[in-house]
Amino acid sequence: MKTRSILLATVFGTAATMAFADAHTAKEITVMSWGGAYSKSQLEAYEKPFAEKTGIKVNSVVADNPATPIKAQVEAGNVTIDVVDVEYADALRLCDDGLLEILDPAILADGADGSAAMDDFLPGAVTDCFVATIVFSTMYAFDETKFPENPPSKIEDFFDVAGFPGKRGMRKTAKVNLEMALMADGVAPDEVYDILETDEGVDRAFAKLETIKNDVVWWEAGAQPPQLLADGEVAMTTAYNGRIFGATVSEGKPFKSIFDGQVYEYDGYAIPKGAPNLEAALEFVTFSTQTQQLADQAKYISYGPARKSSGPLVGLFEDGKTEMGPFMPTAEANLVKALPSNTEFWADRNTDLNERFNAWLAQ
Amino acid sequence: MADLTADIATGSAPGRLTTADGKPLKAALAAAESHARRRAFFLVLPLLLFVLITFIFPIVQMLHQSIYNPGFTLHRDVGTGVKTPIMINVRNWFDENERGSDPDESAYAALHKDFLLLDELRAAGSVGTRINYDMSGTRSLFTKTARRADKLTPPFQEGFLAIDKDWSDPEVWAVMRGASSAYTANFYLAAVDLTRDVKGDVVSVDDNRALYVKLFGRTLFLSLLITFLTFILAFPVAHLLATLPLRYSNLLMIFVLLPFWTSLLVRTTSWMVLLQSQGVINDALVAGSLIEDESRIQMMYNQTGTVIAMTHILLPFMILPLYSVMRTIKPVYVRAARSLGATSWTAFRRIYFPQTVPGIGAGALLVFILAVGYYITPALVGGADGQLISNLIAFHMTNSLNWSLAAALASLLLVGILILYWLYDRLIGIDNLKLG
Amino acid sequence: MVVSAAGERAFVEYDHVQKSYDGETLVVKDLNLSIGKGEFLTMLGPSGSGKTTCLMMLAGFETATHGEIRLDGREINNIPPHKRGIGMVFQNYALFPHMTIAENLAFPLEVRKMDKTERETKVQRALDMVEMGSFGGRRPSQLSGGQQQRVALARALVFEPSLVLMDEPLGALDKQLRETMQFEIKHIADNLGITVVYVTHDQTEALTMSDRVAVFEDGRIQQLAAPDELYEQPCNSFVAQFIGENNTLEGVVESIHGGVALVKLDSGDLIDTVPVNVNRAGERTRVSIRPERVETDATRLGPDAHTLKAEVLEFIYMGDTFRTRLRVAGTDDFIVKTRNAPDRARLQPGQTIDIGWMPEDCRALDA
Ligand SMILES: Nc1ncnc2c1ncn2[C@@H]1O[C@H](COP(=O)(O)OP(=O)(O)OP(=O)(O)O)[C@@H](O)[C@H]1O
Ligand SMILES: [Mg+2]
Repeated sequence: MKTRSILLATVFGTAATMAFADAHTAKEITVMSWGGAYSKSQLEAYEKPFAEKTGIKVNSVVADNPATPIKAQVEAGNVTIDVVDVEYADALRLCDDGLLEILDPAILADGADGSAAMDDFLPGAVTDCFVATIVFSTMYAFDETKFPENPPSKIEDFFDVAGFPGKRGMRKTAKVNLEMALMADGVAPDEVYDILETDEGVDRAFAKLETIKNDVVWWEAGAQPPQLLADGEVAMTTAYNGRIFGATVSEGKPFKSIFDGQVYEYDGYAIPKGAPNLEAALEFVTFSTQTQQLADQAKYISYGPARKSSGPLVGLFEDGKTEMGPFMPTAEANLVKALPSNTEFWADRNTDLNERFNAWLAQ
Repeated sequence: MADLTADIATGSAPGRLTTADGKPLKAALAAAESHARRRAFFLVLPLLLFVLITFIFPIVQMLHQSIYNPGFTLHRDVGTGVKTPIMINVRNWFDENERGSDPDESAYAALHKDFLLLDELRAAGSVGTRINYDMSGTRSLFTKTARRADKLTPPFQEGFLAIDKDWSDPEVWAVMRGASSAYTANFYLAAVDLTRDVKGDVVSVDDNRALYVKLFGRTLFLSLLITFLTFILAFPVAHLLATLPLRYSNLLMIFVLLPFWTSLLVRTTSWMVLLQSQGVINDALVAGSLIEDESRIQMMYNQTGTVIAMTHILLPFMILPLYSVMRTIKPVYVRAARSLGATSWTAFRRIYFPQTVPGIGAGALLVFILAVGYYITPALVGGADGQLISNLIAFHMTNSLNWSLAAALASLLLVGILILYWLYDRLIGIDNLKLG
Repeated sequence: MVVSAAGERAFVEYDHVQKSYDGETLVVKDLNLSIGKGEFLTMLGPSGSGKTTCLMMLAGFETATHGEIRLDGREINNIPPHKRGIGMVFQNYALFPHMTIAENLAFPLEVRKMDKTERETKVQRALDMVEMGSFGGRRPSQLSGGQQQRVALARALVFEPSLVLMDEPLGALDKQLRETMQFEIKHIADNLGITVVYVTHDQTEALTMSDRVAVFEDGRIQQLAAPDELYEQPCNSFVAQFIGENNTLEGVVESIHGGVALVKLDSGDLIDTVPVNVNRAGERTRVSIRPERVETDATRLGPDAHTLKAEVLEFIYMGDTFRTRLRVAGTDDFIVKTRNAPDRARLQPGQTIDIGWMPEDCRALDA
């Protein structure tokens, strides 16, 4: 998801600051997100209709990972952002540190099918400071031209360099990789975190990673994996599913996504503490997280809506012919062997496991 | 006259030297100069302030941050800026009970009071984060406990253990005791792969976590290697630049400076295009049947990539000081040596080369210091084993948000560079440094 | 030391040497020059006349485009500089800044693989010779210009070359120091019996030091002669003009006969001159007379003397001499030098006098 350069963020940041100057008179709010196709989907599905309906103008700014500038802004007491799009884990952390406004679940609209808001959202999608809008997944994809005969189809295949030769791309962090390693090693998704709690489990995950270590090209920004595949640098790579979808459907790349062994996670909105236009910000969050809006967003990018009631409304991609369903991490078929990321586990163990991961990498 | 010079030489009786109107000479001189000095001071004042604010202050802050982390002692509300001391009761208990004593009911009661405050302030996360630095897997212990603290009733020991049995773990208590002073050397210990055990003794970390010493070593080695390579490559180029007729040397100079006009990212990315296994170099080698298509050389995402790309990127920093020194070495010295009977090699070795040493020193110091702190290029082309210590510093700055550890690592790096600088001064002399 | 007479084998020889840097213009045009062993030869000439180029070809730092250079009978065109064994003193001394004085001097001995003790005695002896014996431990930057000069000289001599080249070695020194050094260099060169090729554009220096002087102009030797001959018998008007002070009167040759050329000056006056490079009547010429050969007191002249009317324009008192500027035969810058003696009148501007000279001091040169 981290597409744009810091420079871009700075430019937009400055623009946002200037826009803020007259935000009190003209009704405006500033929303910070990740840029690229993802920001575009939010513009179409949330921001435009919101402005139309309420007359409140929405300024859109981007950052590599919006959680970072938000932390800095709130700590410096100079908040210019009203609504921020953050990952679930970041939201929990920022919330624990008191950097986000507490959201009352009562502001959330009920589902279009009549179900109560808290029942309608997927489990855990609404927390003290955060409302999820999408479910995104880290799964793996491969270049179809590299495996014409016997294409990989399971998470085990990703870790089988002998059977499926070629370099692998993986994100340079412990998170997700350890879970995938365990699943490839035969652990059922619902046991992954129990095993990872133990030292033996961590050793086991690293041992599995070790089997392909020499064949891995490590990526850091979300834009890299499709590029690595396109360049032929890797034969398969883990990636954010929306990125691969973009490359496959929009750019016609011969990539195939494998959701077996995927790890999915929420991403959504939060309001930084001290947001200059709190009222309008709340209004925006309420509006954007309605059933129809979440379903609309899926028209532009293959991330799953965080409401159950939005599922049936998801239709075709904006090209008017691609059925979005199969590309969603939350599609029935893709959830057969899938793991919801355990944010609490990572809030606790991220430092520790990344230390171990970095040491392992450097060996 | 002889008396006078004797006086000046010994300085024994300065009072005897006076100006025409009888003032002591020294005082008159001081008065005359102090005015000029004051003016000069006011002239440089803005610069001084600038340096202070942009350079000294951040460094001092960084040094401070590396030993100071009030995560367990002080909470600052970001909205209002109000600072509240936290964990007072349990810190008192630590003061009253010496290290190693088992937590009793009074300890748990103190902890309970503190947790009530934490819950109110929403400070459990930051406290948990602080403890988590020293003992992994404890952050949620704090957030979880804070959420349930208001429902606890005496006896608190049981209540705490019911929330999580980790509350009986002596290590948790030892770490809390360690964190109860905001000033700590723990981050420096962590930065050299050391840690404290339950008893508070310094021990080295598990082998599978030892990282930083190795990385410092690798950073040092790779930086030296890169410095050496830039030197080897830059020397002939700088020599050409200094000796070629102006119109050719100007052209060459443009090529040398060209990289400065392109963004670092562009340059690094160009190297990726060249070096990757489906890249230009490998393609050329395969096309020339020098290697098999299956055995393409892995020149990127490893140390080789880091070394190649950084050598190229830092090359101008070696060429320019070398060039500026070489330009001042007149060809007549080499001619003189030749006329005195030296072969061209001897003349180079004994006469030309020694005179370029200030440039080599400056270039090497510059390249080395830049290389030691380099970040973007190794991050992009370094893969797993081409990472430098700065990548880890960046990791802790932006990713794990453990700024104290980042500051400790950065301080160690700074100290390393200062030591190097001092060595350089001792061996070559800093006044010999010629940067341009 | 005396000129290499014909027949005596030349030590250094330039044989039809030409040099071009750019392939378009010749900087040295057909240079023929032989220098005898032990001779002190100076190349003198205006800036850009090719002196340094000639020296550098001899030292081996430039290659001759055409022709041969021989040293002691051996062709050296293709011998690299370090094998020529020629000592050299450069204009700015070129002392190695990173070495002490003693190390500078030891350098040529080291590269000749001389052992340490021998080296040290030779270095000390060379330093003593230039009176710098106690400065061995200093760095060049800690010496004055004159001292550096001496060291440079010592360094060029320490390995006992039989030929030493000096390119304007005194160029950077002030007048007084220069004169001392001129004397010292000459003295040392004579004592050691070495051959010296010396480059300067200071004519006094050339005249005082040299056995012979080669006057360069535009890549050619204009005249090669001993100092006195050069001064008194310049062979063309460039040399006459370049060496010493000179008065020129322009005119046309009326007739030449019996070793005397009758010249009709542009003012109409007729004078007798010595024909130097005029050959026939009708040719234009420049007549050259040295200022000190002109007499302002007509009564002191012999019967053969020429006399002309002159108007005093300026009178300058110079201590040992008087310098008078006159208007003579239409020119305003005719200079006369007279020795300051009690019986000499001090002329007043505006005064009209008779001046005169002996015909043999008056040389008809090319126009
Ligand atoms: N390296 C060179 N390349 C091209 N031309 C040169 C070079 N060195 C000298 N020249 C030219 O050759 C001519 C003679 O130069 P040279 O240095 O021999 O003069 P010089 O008599 O030593 O003059 P000076 O008294 O000023 O030192 C000059 O016109 C000069 O411009
Ligand atoms: Mg010259």
